[in-house]
Amino acid sequence: MIEVVINSEWCKGCGLCVHFCPKDCLSMGSEINAKGYSYPVFGNEEECNGCTACGKLCPDLAINIYRYKDI
Amino acid sequence: MGKKILVSGNEAVGYGAIYAGCTHYFGYPITPQNEVIEFFAREFPKIGRSFLQADSEVSSINMVGGAAAAGVRAMTTTSSTAFSLMQEGLSAIAAMEVPCVVVDVQRGGPGAGSTQHAQMDYLLATRGSHGDYFNMVLAPFSVQETFETIQLAFHLADKYRHPVLVLTDGIMGQMEESVDLKTVEFEPLPEKDWAVTGSRERGLKRNFLHNSPGILGFMTGDTYRSNLERSYAKYKRMKDTEVRYQAKDLDDAEIILIAYGSTARVTARAQYEARAEGLKVGMIRPITLWPFPTDIIKKYAEKVKGFIVVEDTMGQMVEDVKCVVAEKTEVHLVGFLDRHLPTSTGMILPDVVLNRIKAVA
Amino acid sequence: MMAEADSRKVLCEPPKSRLPVESPLCPGCQHGVIGRILGEVIDELGIQGDTICIAGVGCHAMILFTTNVDFLQALHGRAPGIGTGVKRGLNGKKIVFTVQGDGDLASIGMGDIIHAAIRGEKLTVIFCNNSAYGTTGGQMAPTTLVGQSTTTSPGGRQYESAGFPVHIAELLATFPGVAYSARCAVTSLAEYAKTKKALKTAFQKQIDGVGLSIVEILSACPPSLKLNSVKAVEWIKEHMMAEFPLGEFKNVDETLPAYILKGS
Ligand SMILES: Cc1ncc(C[n+]2csc(CCOP(=O)(O)OP(=O)(O)O)c2C)c(N)n1
Ligand code: SF4
Ligand code: SF4
Ligand code: SF4
Ligand SMILES: [Mg+2]
Repeated sequence: MIEVVINSEWCKGCGLCVHFCPKDCLSMGSEINAKGYSYPVFGNEEECNGCTACGKLCPDLAINIYRYKDI
Repeated sequence: MGKKILVSGNEAVGYGAIYAGCTHYFGYPITPQNEVIEFFAREFPKIGRSFLQADSEVSSINMVGGAAAAGVRAMTTTSSTAFSLMQEGLSAIAAMEVPCVVVDVQRGGPGAGSTQHAQMDYLLATRGSHGDYFNMVLAPFSVQETFETIQLAFHLADKYRHPVLVLTDGIMGQMEESVDLKTVEFEPLPEKDWAVTGSRERGLKRNFLHNSPGILGFMTGDTYRSNLERSYAKYKRMKDTEVRYQAKDLDDAEIILIAYGSTARVTARAQYEARAEGLKVGMIRPITLWPFPTDIIKKYAEKVKGFIVVEDTMGQMVEDVKCVVAEKTEVHLVGFLDRHLPTSTGMILPDVVLNRIKAVA
Repeated sequence: MMAEADSRKVLCEPPKSRLPVESPLCPGCQHGVIGRILGEVIDELGIQGDTICIAGVGCHAMILFTTNVDFLQALHGRAPGIGTGVKRGLNGKKIVFTVQGDGDLASIGMGDIIHAAIRGEKLTVIFCNNSAYGTTGGQMAPTTLVGQSTTTSPGGRQYESAGFPVHIAELLATFPGVAYSARCAVTSLAEYAKTKKALKTAFQKQIDGVGLSIVEILSACPPSLKLNSVKAVEWIKEHMMAEFPLGEFKNVDETLPAYILKGS
């Protein structure tokens, strides 16, 4: 299982993670952070392959990604 | 006593650097300081120190800043028109609080001016370039003193974490005198724990040097205000403790001559001749041009008939003297127009100073 | 708890040498991605404690907020000179790199970088090319494309009066003292990986004492382009890469002169 954790306070709402995700796992949410930016939400989780494109290409390092062994 | 050698003022800069433990020299050719860069190119590699001819004075001052930021004693030398090119770099070095030494073997200006002697960089050197900062400025008047002043300059630079300038000129640089090679002893200095050397030994706690007190100051725990307050407290300490000058025959003086560097040699001769003729003439030779020896001038301002400032310009240091004297007495200038020739080789000779003394007396 | 930790594998976290602070850059500024790659390379080479960064003046310099190595901020364009001083001041024993922008390196500091290359200075240069002056408000840079509109080339850069974009990676590759020169981008995960490899190679050239190494990285500056972040990246792919081809322009293990005058 892949977990994509958004650090919403570091996010600036640029949308690049949504753009780069090959599996449509991310979409911009309706919540806003303290700076007034809307930030993405992780959904469609089964599809995520842990490619890390969203995390590595986020200019604000606002995405951490973890893989969990199936228990 | 050390070894005695006969060298030019320019070479004495090099010997001074060796004795001061300067390990890195960066420079670019310009008359009348070429003997200095050639000295370093020749002598530094022999003793395992680092010489680099930079691509411009803009680069050499930044290279000096970099090497000094790494914690070594670094310097450059240049002359007037190129000294102008170093101004942005010097301001940044002062802002970074990095100690280094810059020698300006003054030539004539403005512009490329002349390749001969002059003292026209006084205001630029003592005022510094943009922003609120000052350089410490030392002005030797002999080859021996040049040799020792370089050592003092490195000491003061390290003591205050600040750039120190040494002002000589074409005459001072080209003339030869004997030098007693000896290491000048100073009080111990603090560790350079601020130097950027890689953070491994500091447990990855990084050192951070910057020249933007108003932008990045907060990174080091400073506001813009606290930063400038701190540097001005430093300038006050310099003013309180580092003023240096040589005074002669002031007690009964009716006229006091003020001159530094090469013109101080001429002026000293005139003072000597004036005394021989029974004229009550004294002399002050500022050794630190910044901080300027204001107190000693102030002390005599109400006692004397006048001051005569002798400097090879249309009038720069004379403004500092006037500022101190505050119209309590007369301030005269023997300057560029008093040279014996209208060309760039013209010089201010002792006779013209003596004649002025008689005119004022 | 142990079991949980063991069963978790980190795929993406900020590099260790990256300070845990927010980036001060605009939304979508790819300088931030460059900073991340730099952090990964520093971590993987294990050089955090032996490295000194010289920042130029421009948004690219904001890497100094986020990268935890010894730092020196240069004047605009002067990072190669400052870097030369630091490198030589430390007798060549530490790793020194500059981070410079296209205004910083290719305009005001062009002479400085060319001479660092001429000297084969043992420095690594990270050249952030966003085809504009980001910091000062999106003015024309030497790398601005012909036809690209900026605040000082309002109708688009005219080559008849403002000349042509300068190709730094190719230019520096021509100098004998340069060990490595490449142009990269961060427009996809694949390009990210190539950039990281190039930067690692560049640092290795310095560690091996070969010569100057430079990696030019195309970077999107959405405000200068007046595009949103996604369109700005697309613009890089479509237009900037048309002018500035990606690739390695030099990769040598030895720098040698073509001719040596003997016996003089
Ligand atoms: C000597 C000098 N001239 C001009 C400036 C103003 N200035 C600051 S940043 C900058 C341009 C930066 O552009 P670039 O190097 O491309 O960096 P970017 O912001 O695009 O990353 C300029 C002109 C300055 N700080 N110093
Ligand atoms: S790429 Fe980063 S900053 Fe941009 S929207 Fe996604 S999480 Fe936020
Ligand atoms: S790791 Fe890859 S697949 Fe998963 S959300 Fe991020 S970009 Fe999409
Ligand atoms: S102006 Fe451009 S270069 Fe500067 S932070 Fe914003 S996006 Fe980045
Ligand atoms: Mg730019």
